[in-house]
Amino acid sequence: MRIRDHAHLSDEALVALVARSDEGALAELYDRVGGIAYGLAYRVLRDEALAEDAVQEAFLGLWRAAATFIPERAKASTWILTLVHRRAVDLVRREERRRSEPLDEAPEGATGSAEDNAWLHLERERVQGALRLLPDQQREALELAYYGGFTQSELAERLGQPLGTIKSRMFSGLARLRELLDDSAERGSWTTTSS
Amino acid sequence: MDDHLELTAAYALDAVDPRERERYEAHLATCDRCREELASFWTVSGALAHAAGGPAPAPALRERILAQARSERPNLVPLRPRWALPAAASVAAVAAMLALALGLWGSSLAGELDRERSARAGAGEALAIVSDPGAHTVAFRGAEGHVVVSETGKAAVVLAGLDPAPEGKTYELWVVRNGVPRPAGLFEGSEARLVQVLTRPVPADAKVAVTLEDAGGVDTPTGPPLFETI
Repeated sequence: MRIRDHAHLSDEALVALVARSDEGALAELYDRVGGIAYGLAYRVLRDEALAEDAVQEAFLGLWRAAATFIPERAKASTWILTLVHRRAVDLVRREERRRSEPLDEAPEGATGSAEDNAWLHLERERVQGALRLLPDQQREALELAYYGGFTQSELAERLGQPLGTIKSRMFSGLARLRELLDDSAERGSWTTTSS
Repeated sequence: MDDHLELTAAYALDAVDPRERERYEAHLATCDRCREELASFWTVSGALAHAAGGPAPAPALRERILAQARSERPNLVPLRPRWALPAAASVAAVAAMLALALGLWGSSLAGELDRERSARAGAGEALAIVSDPGAHTVAFRGAEGHVVVSETGKAAVVLAGLDPAPEGKTYELWVVRNGVPRPAGLFEGSEARLVQVLTRPVPADAKVAVTLEDAGGVDTPTGPPLFETI
């Protein structure tokens, strides 16, 4: 059992501590976001070593550049996941490993406490539920782009559609998903657990 | 629909190629609306990350990340930590990450576009240095920040909480080797956080110092450093 003396702090406060080279704060951020980050990197890369590289490089960038993070502009976890995704996509394009089929059922990628894991499980179900409500073509565009690592031009070619159609499916899909997620947050029971 | 606004979705999903990415980031520098939309879309793509459903990482990953960080803690003698460098490590890729961190979440988003553009042009290079697994960091004594030095000696300063330079003055960076300071760039300190690439490399046996000089900078420092690396 790890001692979590930073457990009461917000993600943003942890990033501020990371900027002051507080290793415990980095560990706590990893415990909160590392599992999601690795699961995402693995979904994109389908390779353990490459997924670890993507996560490690993103956290190293965080360690060195945390002072540049402006909490008013974004949630810290979003920032970290954006870094990891960018890195994973760049790696998968370079390695020519892109896949479009879904993952086999895998144990969930949690690294935190039981309480965190329970929240992550709910959050995962909430987002997957919202995804299922999207029109098929929008969901397909989002999944191939975000999880598959395909560029919009590659998607246009792969799906035999004009680039403009792909762009518009991604835009509409993301906008619709935003609405669905806002709605499900407003229905209550999900809103009180975020830190 | 506005072409750029639509591209915001593709950008938030990382579904753009490097040229599209660069063009879009240049546009972002000038467009409040797209920045707002992007921040919002990033929250949605962050939610998608939660639904990715990949497996849990090996426990060793946590330890590796913390060991790497620990070895770079600025109050320790800087080492040259190396983990097995990923074969695919690409400067351009990590550069993109920092452009993201600096260009979009950096504090200097509004106004003063010309200066920002030149700063932004260096952001990708700065991110490449800051995220380079082969780089090491050296802390400043007397200021909150450090210098990240890549294996080739290319270096970036990361500074936070510095007061803006007084009217008519500028901060100047120096690479000091064998007691000889050489100018390595100017900054105003107007940003709450600064990440800037030094205009000259930092050899292993050199220090980095900062002085306050008249606007425009000088070739040799006019006084002792405000602060320098350990």
